Amino acid sequence: MKRFAQLIQQLELSNKTNDKISALVDYFNEADDKDKIWVIALFTGKKPKRPIKSSLLKYWAIDIADIPEWLFTESYSNVGDLSETIALLLPPAEHQSDLHLYEWIENLQNLEGKDDETKKDFILTAWNSLETNERFIFNKLISGNFRIGISSKNLVNALAKQSGLESVQITHSIMGKWDPYVMTFSDLINGEHVNTDNSWPYPFCLAYALDTEPENLGEISNWQAEWKWDGIRGQIVKRNGELFIWSRGEELVTEQFPELHFLVDVLPDGVVIDGEILAVKDKAVLSFSTLQQRLNRKNITKKELESAPIGFFVYDLLEFEGIDFREHPLSERRKILENIIGKLDADNVLLSEVVECDSWEQLATERQKSRELNSEGIMLKKRDSHYHAGRKRGDWWKWKVNPYTVDAVMIYAQKGSGRRANFFTDYTFAVRDGENLVTIAKAYSGLTDKEIKEVNSFVNKNAIEKFGPVRTVKPELVFEIAFEGIAESKRHKAGLALRFPRILRWRKDKNASEINTLQDLQQLLQSTL
Amino acid sequence: MALITFTKRGIYCKQGDFYVDPWWPVDYAVTTHGHADHVRFGNKHYLCHTLTSPIIKRRISPDLDVQTLGYGESLVRNGVNISFFPAGHIIGSAQVRLEYKGEICVISGDYKIEDDGISTPFEPVRCHSFVSESTFGLPIYKWQKQQAVFDGIKSWINNNIEYQKTSILIAYSLGKAQRLIKNLAGDVPIYVHSSIANLNEVIIEAGVPLPETTRITQEITKDQLQKGIVIVPPAMRDSKWMKSLNHPVTGICSGWMQVRSHRRWQSADAGFALSDHADFTGLMEAIKATEAEKVYVTHGFTSAFSRYLNENGISSDVVTTHFGQEDDEENKADLAETVEKKTEAKTEVVK
Ligand SMILES: [Zn+2]
Ligand SMILES: [Zn+2]
Repeated sequence: MKRFAQLIQQLELSNKTNDKISALVDYFNEADDKDKIWVIALFTGKKPKRPIKSSLLKYWAIDIADIPEWLFTESYSNVGDLSETIALLLPPAEHQSDLHLYEWIENLQNLEGKDDETKKDFILTAWNSLETNERFIFNKLISGNFRIGISSKNLVNALAKQSGLESVQITHSIMGKWDPYVMTFSDLINGEHVNTDNSWPYPFCLAYALDTEPENLGEISNWQAEWKWDGIRGQIVKRNGELFIWSRGEELVTEQFPELHFLVDVLPDGVVIDGEILAVKDKAVLSFSTLQQRLNRKNITKKELESAPIGFFVYDLLEFEGIDFREHPLSERRKILENIIGKLDADNVLLSEVVECDSWEQLATERQKSRELNSEGIMLKKRDSHYHAGRKRGDWWKWKVNPYTVDAVMIYAQKGSGRRANFFTDYTFAVRDGENLVTIAKAYSGLTDKEIKEVNSFVNKNAIEKFGPVRTVKPELVFEIAFEGIAESKRHKAGLALRFPRILRWRKDKNASEINTLQDLQQLLQSTL
Repeated sequence: MALITFTKRGIYCKQGDFYVDPWWPVDYAVTTHGHADHVRFGNKHYLCHTLTSPIIKRRISPDLDVQTLGYGESLVRNGVNISFFPAGHIIGSAQVRLEYKGEICVISGDYKIEDDGISTPFEPVRCHSFVSESTFGLPIYKWQKQQAVFDGIKSWINNNIEYQKTSILIAYSLGKAQRLIKNLAGDVPIYVHSSIANLNEVIIEAGVPLPETTRITQEITKDQLQKGIVIVPPAMRDSKWMKSLNHPVTGICSGWMQVRSHRRWQSADAGFALSDHADFTGLMEAIKATEAEKVYVTHGFTSAFSRYLNENGISSDVVTTHFGQEDDEENKADLAETVEKKTEAKTEVVK
């Protein structure tokens, strides 16, 4: 446990990916094999068995810390994490424990079916033998997730570096179905439980934002225009009777989207296609907020399957008859692709339509329809282009429509980081809801240095309350916030959340009585559903 | 009539006609310590601890009219007996004890309980009313013994040296910097930014010995710095100079570093929970030891802490003050020192 606690600390302390990876590599070189299995499991969202309710943990902690419940709540709101709050509130441990991570997990598992008194005894003894940072981890094992700023991609890279195996192979191995209670480390890494050759994906080809007038790209006939869909970029791999769905960021998401599993029976073997995972009904794309209900869900309810049905809009063909097709020109790839997808005759796996236009002006007019179609704009792809690995200038461009905007007032400010650590640069914005203000977005500054200084001095003079680095300020400064989309959200008080909010400009000409209302945003949300 | 009232200008003693740590200019300011949120430019007279005097003269102006007292010494002003007791916060920090016709009030400024090896350790003073900070007045804030924290800092430094990284500790020039110097001094040479070196000179001249440090100048090579400990004020954090060092890694020493989310907000490579303020337990101990009938809570988690006191049988009120901007105000003071444009900083405080 101590070694794992040390790893967590190292991962949290560093901002640099390389440091994180080397901390992981060190860990995987040194740690016990049984512990390593669990670290991989925890970092990829697999949870150990949890025989104790977190509410019980809280009450036991309040009891031992000998504080009133409101003070616990107050502390929790400062810390923002239940496991950590409890770890910090408990009195110092009187004993030491050398148990391994996996032993703690097994001991917890053994509590299943025991009475509350036994469980409480176990927890209290554990707390009394763990350091604060170990307690935090211990509490996390019982409740909560390990969100410690390590993406599964970095985890994979570290494992690849440590084992000398290819990273996509490891991705497939660890994303697959396996049980951390029985799997061994070397079997897992070597993919004994899966056939990694079958899943092998290609790097996505990415586009830059168009930074010039499209006329400057030359003849429109040399370009293929498509809608830019606002979903999750995905790659579908079908080889030797197995189907895999990868999302950008090299994550395997096959299990999340059962609606696409029929492809295993109808797609020919040796085919890899690139496209967008979207919520699709009657062949039309639904809003991103609808899709969102389906993201990162392990268990999908019947209701969710009905309200947010998944589809795949196909952009490109990367492999055909088992042969890498990326060096063939787009026009050729498209022709074969049309043939393959046409034969599927499916309602939710469709070719991403080509927007046919004779002139750039005509395309510009078409582009105005983007919002109605739940698209973000137009993709421009050169007809003779290869499918590049990663981002390359010149062949692919995204030509997005202008963002939505809302006028909101700043209510919290927080110091930035890096160059701007001494300035308040992270702001929280609110709109009006009757008499109240309700938070709708948090945005990092899109302001000039001069404006930042001005806002900074406003914050210093008008701070009402201080919570650590956060200041509550007088609701006075109005900003125009741009955003790409809007979605329902139970986690936010406003009941909705903005996608990619950013500050467009400071509206010095407006005062706080002139900002938008929550109702305005609700209407916008309804119109996009 | 109470011995102190809380006015627009600050904590006021009517009987003695003076203020303690006022934030607007007054005739007579009793000063608890040299941090910029407690002592400001523009007062006619200052009364402070002997060691605070050269500090504020250096930071504000050499022409200040300053009267001084040692710990345990007293003077009488308009019938009010004023005396100083160690607050353990930084060098020269004092609790101000006021006595008038048998009524005693103590204004503690900022304080911490643990002996930091450089400030005169905190002494509880019995009183009828006590003015306390509550910067870390939540039970999640419980400090480790400073030895353990320094062990952590030292092993971080040794590890950096081994991996060819330059260890940069971010610390305010007044207080935290000297505490680090005192407790980290050993085999690894310490290099300090000139704003810290300037204050060190003042402190040494005032009679407080400090371990040897080297002022960072052009002559010091990056290699030397890489094998040493670099201490700079937060004002220098994102300077080009810092980025030009060999693999610079930064460590922040502050009580806020106790909480993970606060650590993440800072773009530092390491955070060490080392504070010059009392933790929750320390605040409670200090307050109980005063046996005060009334406790005024001035800055920090004031409402929660005050409520907790009341629920535990200690009558308490929250008082709104301009204290607790230590981070911001100290940064300004350091910045002023860094750019050697003192007048600018001063006018900002006055307006
Ligand atoms: Zn202070
Ligand atoms: Zn203070």
